[in-house]
Amino acid sequence: MISLKPVYSSADQAVADIFEGATIMVAGFARPGVPQELVKALIRKGVGKLTVIANAAHGTREDLADAGRLVAAGLVRKVITSFPAPTRASVEGYPEKLYRQGKLEVETVPQGTLSERIRAGGIGLGGFWVRTGVGTVFEEGKEKRLFNGQEHILERPLRADFALLRARVADALGNLVYDKAQRNFNPTMAMAAAVTIVEVDEVVEPGGLDSESIATPGIFIDRIVKAQSG
Amino acid sequence: MTTKPRLEREVIAMRVARELPDGAYVNLGIGIPTLVSNYVPEGRVVIYHSESGVLNCGPLAEEGEEDIDLINAGGQFLKKAPGMSFFHSADAFGMIRGGHIDVAVLGALQVSEQGDLANWMLPSRGIGNIGGAMDLAAGAKRIIVAMEHTDRDGKSKVVRRCTYPLTGRRCVDLVVTDLAVLKVTPAGLELREVAPGWTPAEVQAQTEATLVIPRDVPEIAL
Repeated sequence: MISLKPVYSSADQAVADIFEGATIMVAGFARPGVPQELVKALIRKGVGKLTVIANAAHGTREDLADAGRLVAAGLVRKVITSFPAPTRASVEGYPEKLYRQGKLEVETVPQGTLSERIRAGGIGLGGFWVRTGVGTVFEEGKEKRLFNGQEHILERPLRADFALLRARVADALGNLVYDKAQRNFNPTMAMAAAVTIVEVDEVVEPGGLDSESIATPGIFIDRIVKAQSG
Repeated sequence: MTTKPRLEREVIAMRVARELPDGAYVNLGIGIPTLVSNYVPEGRVVIYHSESGVLNCGPLAEEGEEDIDLINAGGQFLKKAPGMSFFHSADAFGMIRGGHIDVAVLGALQVSEQGDLANWMLPSRGIGNIGGAMDLAAGAKRIIVAMEHTDRDGKSKVVRRCTYPLTGRRCVDLVVTDLAVLKVTPAGLELREVAPGWTPAEVQAQTEATLVIPRDVPEIAL
């Protein structure tokens, strides 16, 4: 028996059970792969004290409903990210502002370590040893070990209560096909949350996707939302 | 302070481009490094990797032809190119840490005599973007730094010891600035080339680190 995933026509319904204090992964790298309608729905819901895990979180792009806009909306207590600030040094991002006011905890993580911690969380690893960050502030408080004569630090996995994802097309089994650079954090976040919600341009019947092109198998997906816009 | 002309950003990029071997997999950072792809010597094929999950990045998209789902790590829109491939972030960084990237060209706030690199945070700001720089510092086979020799206040960015938070220790191989080409060696930073019109002594005067100066230091040639 093939299990079909629920397809929501409303992003608001799809995020209705996200609770105060939840840990949320939000996919995307700049604009590609950002689940903008789900983020907007979460902002409308207004649930607070969230821990947000995302590549970027500065929230200074008002034309982009990304993880940073949750920070800008004051819904976030802690952010785990590799870009807490806008790339332009002259612009102050929301994390900086709120961090200075003592209203936000910011954990900055090297991008590759961030994606691998999410992957480790999704594939059942207790952690991994990595050279990234050795000899820098990122080694502070972490276990160290030599492999092949090189120092490595132990990094721990990340998991979330919910992951908000974006793909181009899903079939009703939850299989996902992405568009070009849209993958970024989506396939790994899909594995690392208790409930995964994906927003797509198009939903097709089971069997309607080319099996060779599926980048995220349906086992990782719980809910599908048909996006109203691109 | 000497007011002799320094090299333009484009010329720094041209000099760096000469370092890229034919067939190399290359990652370019934001700023001057991005310009390097415009100046790869004819006849050489270089394959660009982007942390956004794209390999074989082609030229930037023309205005009006942008595809919102096709960007490089700097967020610039790319033109779709034959042979391009797409992958997720964990694979993008597997390529970096796994030693599959031959050369990474990065900007810097400071580079030390030992090849330490600081390029992710100004301490005055309190919060910094680490992005992919630290993974590149740890994983790319060769790191070339492309930057201005001094900062806005005229302070040397080539230093004895980095005072800004480090991106990586002893990871830099070559530094190309608007005044000089410097090679990190076990004996220290060796002055390999100087900008046209500059003497080694004048470059040293602009540099906090003590340079190893060979008898003959040629001018940067392009």
